[in-house]
Amino acid sequence: MNASRPDLATLTNGQAVKRSELPVFSPDAFGQALLDGVAARQRVSALFGAPSPIPGATRLYAVLADDEQNLLFAAATDIEGGEFQSLTPRCPQVHLFEREIAEQFGLRPVGHPWFKPVRYCRSWTGRDAWSRPSGQQILPAVGDFYRVEGEQVHEVAVGPVHAGVIEPGHFRFQCHGEKVFHLEIALGFQHRGVEAALIGGPAARTIPYAETLSGDSTVAHATTYSHVVEALAGCQTSARAQAVRGIALELERLANHIGDLGALAGDVGFLPTASFCGRIRGDFLNMTALLCGSRFGRGLIRPGGLGFDADADRIAELGRRLDAGEKDATVAIQLLWNTQSVMARFEDVGPLPRAVAAELGIVGPAARASGLERDIRRDQPSGIFCFSHIPVSTCESGDVFSRAFVRWLEIQHGIGFIRDQLRSLPSGAPRVPVKALAPDSFAVALNEGWRGEVCHVALTDAQGRFARYKVVDPSFHNWPALAYSLRNQEISDFPICNKSFNLSYCGHDL
Amino acid sequence: MIKIILARLQQKHRTMKYPDGAPPPLPDRFRGRPVIDSAKCPAGCRACADACPTGALSPQDAGLIDLGKCLFCTECSNACPRQAITYSGNYQLAARNRSDLIVARERQAVEVAGAALDAKLRRLLGRSLKLRQVSAGGCNACEADTNVLGTVGWDLGRFGIQFVASPRHADGLLVTGPVSQNMALALKKTYDAVSDPRIVIAVGACAISGGPYIGHAEVNNGAAAVVPVDIYVPGCPPNPLTILDGLLRLIGRIEDGKREIPGTK
Repeated sequence: MNASRPDLATLTNGQAVKRSELPVFSPDAFGQALLDGVAARQRVSALFGAPSPIPGATRLYAVLADDEQNLLFAAATDIEGGEFQSLTPRCPQVHLFEREIAEQFGLRPVGHPWFKPVRYCRSWTGRDAWSRPSGQQILPAVGDFYRVEGEQVHEVAVGPVHAGVIEPGHFRFQCHGEKVFHLEIALGFQHRGVEAALIGGPAARTIPYAETLSGDSTVAHATTYSHVVEALAGCQTSARAQAVRGIALELERLANHIGDLGALAGDVGFLPTASFCGRIRGDFLNMTALLCGSRFGRGLIRPGGLGFDADADRIAELGRRLDAGEKDATVAIQLLWNTQSVMARFEDVGPLPRAVAAELGIVGPAARASGLERDIRRDQPSGIFCFSHIPVSTCESGDVFSRAFVRWLEIQHGIGFIRDQLRSLPSGAPRVPVKALAPDSFAVALNEGWRGEVCHVALTDAQGRFARYKVVDPSFHNWPALAYSLRNQEISDFPICNKSFNLSYCGHDL
Repeated sequence: MIKIILARLQQKHRTMKYPDGAPPPLPDRFRGRPVIDSAKCPAGCRACADACPTGALSPQDAGLIDLGKCLFCTECSNACPRQAITYSGNYQLAARNRSDLIVARERQAVEVAGAALDAKLRRLLGRSLKLRQVSAGGCNACEADTNVLGTVGWDLGRFGIQFVASPRHADGLLVTGPVSQNMALALKKTYDAVSDPRIVIAVGACAISGGPYIGHAEVNNGAAAVVPVDIYVPGCPPNPLTILDGLLRLIGRIEDGKREIPGTK
């Protein structure tokens, strides 16, 4: 980085600093710092607005993740007036972040190439970036869509209510015959106002909010929230709590990955693996229920440690079930790779080239399936992952097969990790008291959920309450990858492409 | 092909016997119907009501608990100074009327009598019930545990219940989520597309009361704000067994009646 340019604040995952330690750049310097960071192979983990001490202004915060140095960098800038210079033309991975800032704070990103709402809701400031009259109802997915004109080009609209038992979203395809030229995804149907409601916390509802940011990632989000609180409260959890959290995080990954492989098999009409994996997924959810009574891990993760400890009998039972589950899953999943009709449908479908994945800032198994070695468990480790390492699973081809195969690799590593932890579960208090949160502070926590990087950033006020709580679900990064992967594909391949990413609507819509 | 057959043999027959046999075992930490021993409550104590995230234990309604708001979390039992709150293993929670979910704190079981559809609807839908699922603003956990009912272990199809791709093919809706403002119109349109007679099943705290999002301007506090609801299935999310129990009692496959859970007083 240029020596004459001011430095960003350096943090590690799960660290809190005083807000006064964050440098506040001019908007130009802030933008340049972001571009320089991304040019140096850093990723934008979060970019969001918050109230500024300057009346009428909005303060933007950026968190950059440097996976090679295992560090996080943060900075802020104040935007006075109603607009800021968009970085999207030079840094595509911030495109949704900028649209979100526009929607929440009513600031126009000047020069944004596709300036549309994200969740179709009113701003928090009363200022509207699209100058919509305040009395006018905002309807989801209503507005201009990217259109391809020409003879025989047609448009296909799907959703928000889909054919399966899944969440709502709207997909608009530009097709020529069966071929998809372009897919645009409009979300926001699941918007329930969680980020706004988190302000002023922690309160009685904060933990249920964290657990329901994306229900299938309850453990990942609740752990990340707990890390933020523990950072702000200066709380050190026991080794035991960290190990059980790691076990729960991997169980969540196993259940979802196994379910996804079954669903992919179902989408290509290969019913044996579809039926087997649907059931085996339940076995893994029930392992989480063995720990805490809830198949989704509700109540297991709490700031300061665990809501439930694991006694010796429970650990032994979990080990037995893990062995049985591993055997069933292995048999069911190996069928996929040995069946040519399945492989013919997986290979070369929905490709996401490595360079595109890097440019869009894709995270999680989707990124690793495009050959990008990024995994928070290794790159920005916290908790048990500082001590017990899980190999990063990558695959090069970037297609549906690749995203399926990375899941299989991660299933195997996850089972091995849990087995290791169960063998040598450290002692310690399951839960330690959490003191009041530090006032006027800034904390970032990241965890590798089963879809990828879960990022939470908290800003506290003078009383130690959340002045802003930013949640970035991995799906927020990854939805554009699904849209891209459909280019020049058959529209009938949309279901397997979609399932190969299996993104969260509610995690995006918040 | 031989590999597929061998795998099939290895995976075994897995469909549960329930409801003809015993229900599948629930984990010992399963949180079913909460039970509060009011005799232990110190005078004027409202620790549980203060800790409750959703107001299921409202201080104004001492002695009552709203299972439609309950997240089955542990905040109330952890906050209680006298360990007066326990969770029973009672998974039978579904009720036909919203008011039936607001029950006395000490009661072990939910009143499940009258859960079935009337005779005419039972004749029409009792052996073939096609449902369209509408997910409307929740966290996807209710959808996930509804989906599970279609797997070989639960095999919802054996009861003639099936999720179909179009409301035009459906006899009713299964709604999850608090019904976000952005889904209200889509839910209404989907409901309108189902021909009469039609039923609506609200699954999960969100679809019953708004759940963790009660009172948010962005939601409608449940399905009943938009469509008439015929049966409510509490939970956050409900265990698949709770959902299945609700569906089976609705179509009259399980007879009405109270079910006391052994070992809980």
